[in-house]
Amino acid sequence: MDPKVVNDWRLRGQRYRLEGELCDHCGEAIFPPRDICPKCHEPAKTPQTLSGRGEVYTFSTIYSAPEGFEAYTPYTVALVKLEEGPIVTAQLTDVPPAEVQIGMPVEMVTRRLRTHGEEGTIVYGYKFRPASFWHASTQA
Amino acid sequence: MREVAIIGIGQTPVDEHWSAGIRHLMFDAGRAALEDANIDRVDAVYVGNMLSGEIVGQSHLGALAVDFLDLDGAEAFKVEAACASGAAALRVGYLAVASGVLDIVLALGVEKMTDTSGRETTLALAAAADAEYEVSQGISFVALNALLMRRYMHEYGWRREDFANFAVTAHANGANNPYAMFQSPITPEAYARATMIATPVGLLDASPVCDGAAAVVLAPAEYARTLNPTPVKIRASAVSMAPLAVHDRNDPLALEAAAISAHKALEQASIVREDLDFFELHDAFTIMAALSLEAAGFADRGKGVRLALDGDIALGGRIPIATMGGLKARGHPVGATGLYQVVESILQLRGLAGVNQIADAKLGMTQNIGGSGATIFTHILETMS
Amino acid sequence: MSSQHLMQPERAVGIIGYGSYIPMYRLSSTEVARVWSGGGRGPIKEKAVAGLDEDTVTIAMEAARNAVARAEIQADALRAIWVGSESPPYAVKPASTLVAEALGATPYLLAADFEFACKAGSEALQAALGLVGSRMGDYAMAIGADTAQGRPGDDLEYTASSGGSAFVVGPADLAVATLLGSLSYATDTPDFWRRAYQHYPRHGGRFTGEPAYFHHTQSAASRLMEELGMDPDDFEFAIFHQPNVKFPSRAARRLGFTAEQIDTGLLSNLIGNTYAGASLTGLSAVLDVAKPGDRILLVSFGSGAGSDAFVWEVTERITSRQDKAPRVTDYIRRRTEIDYALYVRYRGKLKT
Repeated sequence: MDPKVVNDWRLRGQRYRLEGELCDHCGEAIFPPRDICPKCHEPAKTPQTLSGRGEVYTFSTIYSAPEGFEAYTPYTVALVKLEEGPIVTAQLTDVPPAEVQIGMPVEMVTRRLRTHGEEGTIVYGYKFRPASFWHASTQA
Repeated sequence: MREVAIIGIGQTPVDEHWSAGIRHLMFDAGRAALEDANIDRVDAVYVGNMLSGEIVGQSHLGALAVDFLDLDGAEAFKVEAACASGAAALRVGYLAVASGVLDIVLALGVEKMTDTSGRETTLALAAAADAEYEVSQGISFVALNALLMRRYMHEYGWRREDFANFAVTAHANGANNPYAMFQSPITPEAYARATMIATPVGLLDASPVCDGAAAVVLAPAEYARTLNPTPVKIRASAVSMAPLAVHDRNDPLALEAAAISAHKALEQASIVREDLDFFELHDAFTIMAALSLEAAGFADRGKGVRLALDGDIALGGRIPIATMGGLKARGHPVGATGLYQVVESILQLRGLAGVNQIADAKLGMTQNIGGSGATIFTHILETMS
Repeated sequence: MSSQHLMQPERAVGIIGYGSYIPMYRLSSTEVARVWSGGGRGPIKEKAVAGLDEDTVTIAMEAARNAVARAEIQADALRAIWVGSESPPYAVKPASTLVAEALGATPYLLAADFEFACKAGSEALQAALGLVGSRMGDYAMAIGADTAQGRPGDDLEYTASSGGSAFVVGPADLAVATLLGSLSYATDTPDFWRRAYQHYPRHGGRFTGEPAYFHHTQSAASRLMEELGMDPDDFEFAIFHQPNVKFPSRAARRLGFTAEQIDTGLLSNLIGNTYAGASLTGLSAVLDVAKPGDRILLVSFGSGAGSDAFVWEVTERITSRQDKAPRVTDYIRRRTEIDYALYVRYRGKLKT
């Protein structure tokens, strides 16, 4: 069996739909889940799916990729500050590197992260894309 | 608690050692340190290493070291804290000797990174970050530093070119270090032209993938001089932690663990940072040099780059860094780096740093960072007069 | 035999939410013609091309999220999620479970993949109407999505494209469009096929026209209208499977529909043939602009061959739902033109 299959499976809720946690004590949104609130340090295990809306806190376009991601270069990774508070590390997609800016509003989509070779599993997970394309056009 | 001294140092050149395996590197650095200390027996060998299992397929380095260094009777095991594994081994040795449990300890850092392709090594190095929430997104270790550098430029208004002097200074110093990977100077123009690895980090912002080993022998300070005429005292050994993933830190640009670690070390040594003659910091990337200087208090937030622009980090400057080339030019064989920093500091404190000698150097600080700031060791070293 | 072919469930049902997704990359027909014919034009203006990180599953996930947003239900109320496609990323391992997991609809549901060339999605829709109509469940989702591949240089390469649409079926009293009736029509007709383990399909050239596409679409449409006692005049909109612009236009004309009735749902000139997504995305585009009371004829076609035909009547609920997710035109406007070289890279046609 592919060594990453079980690990990928275990994380599917987080990867496919940004499933984090809610601290019942102080209301902090938590992602990734850690079962302890990083703010008030009380146990926090209530699942909460995050909205996926946020903005780019910082970004980098990778030209030299780690093994497994070579087929996608150049691609842009970012820290995305979600509107609920947590920051996530994720790729940006559907946007040319030159158009990315700090502060850019983004929204979560689920895309292929990688494949484990031709015969192995396909790993899906969250990425973020510019959020403006349809809100702007329908409001205009 | 006993005071602890370093009575012997050894290092291999940092290079792409095609013909030397990990055991040869350990042997060369280890034997050199033992010879320098004038001893042939130790109570323990603590091996700092990050990637031997992943890259060389060799775990269990403690047993390998004792076996091939011919140190029967010594206890030994590997210590791992990503890129800070070398300083971690030193810290374990320090605790063992300071506590009185052991007397003579060999702290040995080694890394063999060139047996695999660049992509495989890049992936292996990324394991220093959060495997499930950083690495799985296709992020490289370089890219994590690039994220910090971009945000830093954004918040404080620096341009990429403003970082050039960190690399230029490191290469200028490395040019006079026969053990350095890069022994040639570079120009700011070359820095500006460098190929991008992960924007805004270019090839000349980043330390190289390489092989090397460095070692020190620790002994109780009270009788160190009976073994070696120029021992160096460990005035402080401190470590502090921050969240593993950059995205989980309250203030990603603050390098809080570095600040706390440096503060604890200065307090332990009962000195102020102005007393330090040099600072061997963890310039794996130019941004790390800037953040480290700020965290240690040599510059205000957002002003670390100023020290490079103004020449304060040069050998004759206010706070010399990377005096033998640093991670950038000497090289960054990750698990060995923390001990290269210590070996080079001792050369400075013994007055053996050659062209790069800092006049009258008596107090030096080393700082070794694991991951992008999650584990940070600070050691303060002083000549024993 | 006047009404024995019509399919009408016991309880009244309809579409309660709908949504689409079209990738942003576009390959123009002139670019394909430049490479393979030394210039000239192709059958359509341009087609949508999935990016490096997209496949049928990711397309289905986004369409499904849009459909759930418009349905205003919790995803775990869905008792079925059915994905129709001829390009699922796995030969064995359902696309539907991935979509269900992404929606948060697991685990109490019937997840399945449907296959019937370009009508796999409408077939799933037909089945979803049955499931809800029989009261086996209150909500079921049907998706048609594809990342269609044409052999390099083949006629299909001008049009085979990527995209998809999803529909939440539910009780008629919650519907944005209620079902008036549907009908399915299938025969064994070898107009287009792909053998197992083969990368590209083969097709029967001109045989794909009259005996296949036209016979099945026209037969299904005319029989359904006849059994419902309706004429083309009764419809504001009609949507036909759209492998190109010519076929659906001709089928519509022969049945007595005008260009005005089919224009809104005829997208192939701008996005190509999204296979299982094609006629369903046409329906989605029509619902984006439909008004209460509008009647819609939807006719799919799948090679092999068959057609599913549906008649819908739009309710007053439509107006409050149209803005709850991106419209098809939003996705069509989101457009980045690529050349043949990037297309070859994005669609994995390059040996590395």
